[in-house]
Amino acid sequence: MSEPAISAARDNGHVPYVALDHLDTLWFQVAGTICNLRCTHCFISCAPDNRSFEFLPLREVEEWLVQSEEWGVKEYYFTGGEPFMHRDLPAMLESALERGPASVLTNGTLLPRRMLAPVAAAARRSRYSLEIRVSIDGPSPETNDPIRGPGTFARAMEGVRKLLDHGFLPIVTATQLWAPEEDEEVRRSFVARLRDIGYEKPRLKIIPSLRIGREAARDRGYAGGERVTSGMMQGYDAGQLLCSASRVVTSRGVYACPILIETEEARLGSTLEEAARPVRLNQSACYTCWCHGAICSNYGGIGLDNS
Amino acid sequence: MRAVRRIAVFGGVYSNYLALEAVLEDAADRGAEAFYCLGDLGAFGPFPDRVFPLLVDAEAQVVRGNYDDSVARGLDDCQCGYTDPRDNHFARLSYRYTYRRTAERWRRWLGRLPGEIRLDANGTRVLMCHGSPRRINEFLWESATSTCFLDHLARSCDADVVLATHTGIPWQRKLSGGRLFANVGALGRPANDGRPEVWYALVDFAPRARVRFVPVAYDHVRLAHEMRREGLPEEFVETIMTGWWTTCLEVLPAKERARGCY
Repeated sequence: MSEPAISAARDNGHVPYVALDHLDTLWFQVAGTICNLRCTHCFISCAPDNRSFEFLPLREVEEWLVQSEEWGVKEYYFTGGEPFMHRDLPAMLESALERGPASVLTNGTLLPRRMLAPVAAAARRSRYSLEIRVSIDGPSPETNDPIRGPGTFARAMEGVRKLLDHGFLPIVTATQLWAPEEDEEVRRSFVARLRDIGYEKPRLKIIPSLRIGREAARDRGYAGGERVTSGMMQGYDAGQLLCSASRVVTSRGVYACPILIETEEARLGSTLEEAARPVRLNQSACYTCWCHGAICSNYGGIGLDNS
Repeated sequence: MRAVRRIAVFGGVYSNYLALEAVLEDAADRGAEAFYCLGDLGAFGPFPDRVFPLLVDAEAQVVRGNYDDSVARGLDDCQCGYTDPRDNHFARLSYRYTYRRTAERWRRWLGRLPGEIRLDANGTRVLMCHGSPRRINEFLWESATSTCFLDHLARSCDADVVLATHTGIPWQRKLSGGRLFANVGALGRPANDGRPEVWYALVDFAPRARVRFVPVAYDHVRLAHEMRREGLPEEFVETIMTGWWTTCLEVLPAKERARGCY
């Protein structure tokens, strides 16, 4: 195998393509676009009444998991919408954790104990880690609630506390909606608030905002020059881009990336075989991924800056 | 030609020349016929130039790690792959110290190291690399790496045994078809297990491939003293003394993080 594994990026006019180097990560848009919150910065406009993508049935998720082993998938991610709205999430995670590590992206405001208990038990039994990522967009109600809704800071922090009670070390994930020069202060405040509720090993991940969906109206969309060009891929390690190593299973087929499920062109097919074809980096949100690497992964985000 | 029966394999020396001396001696006592180092010779510890003569004298075969690659090419950072600001802060301190203190002749030596080493041990095909067979700085943690993925890696590189490092915590897993993967850990710092010893791997090939992790005690108090004298961060010294990681923690998956003190 080539080393380092740099996915082939080839020219087609001025828009580069990224090949699937290997299917490292299989994402499940398990709750579709259905969420109990209506965040003002949501890049896929998730909401209680957005049914453009439906819940994935347990049976289908299990079939994808079986298939994934033939592809040598390294890890699984479960997202939405809000995954904890799906009553079969514990069974799905148990099935995933028999095969590999899993991560869940949640807003932390639900987390009913009847679901957390079996999820925690499955995590304890597995040789693999189960990561729970809790989205909180500021270290206080004043900073978070205008984005995520009234009372959501308190509810999400209560969610973090419940996760700690169940033995998890959640990764609090915040979208950088403040000025970059405030990063350090925001981090400090987050860590202090998390320690206040008894989180001794606070884990924090900061991601850039994606200027599509509702975020384009809240702040601004991408400027004309914020696009990935062939020239920008020269000497660039395409392995940093999520689409070089991931695909997303949704109720409407397999997509290139969890950011782009509302973009019809990002739908690559109905099967993993069909979806293994190269991805065209012609969406404006690709620019953010290019700047910061695979921001949706547990260990990407602000800090790996190529801009 | 005599068949290879036992080799010693270690990763992440991190300038810990005292641990390296102890491991080479321990492995020779245990009958290791050859020494293999999976890279990252610098970082973390004092006097980076002291590890090279030890490796050369022991005729150790060395794979190029991401740190070695950075030092050899004079890059701005160590390519460790951290994304957390605190982790990156300590990585920068460590890299600047190491780069400044590595002599030009050893930088050239690092630049000549191979990206991987293959060994045919009586028909067992062994691949030794730094991060993974496909990427120099890929983290392969025990709790974050599926078995089917490791099967894929081993098959793709035509190996029966794959040996890697980069994470600093040793573990192994049996794969399909009698294959084996082992992360040999690092000998430059303890394995975040609350004990000051460091770990390396003894690999036996008869009757079949088997990996055993060996803890080695060394004069870690002297190393800590020298690190302080060199002005290296107290956080690094604490790890050497206690066995608990104090930095570079944010890349740890949940299970590995939960086992540590911080």
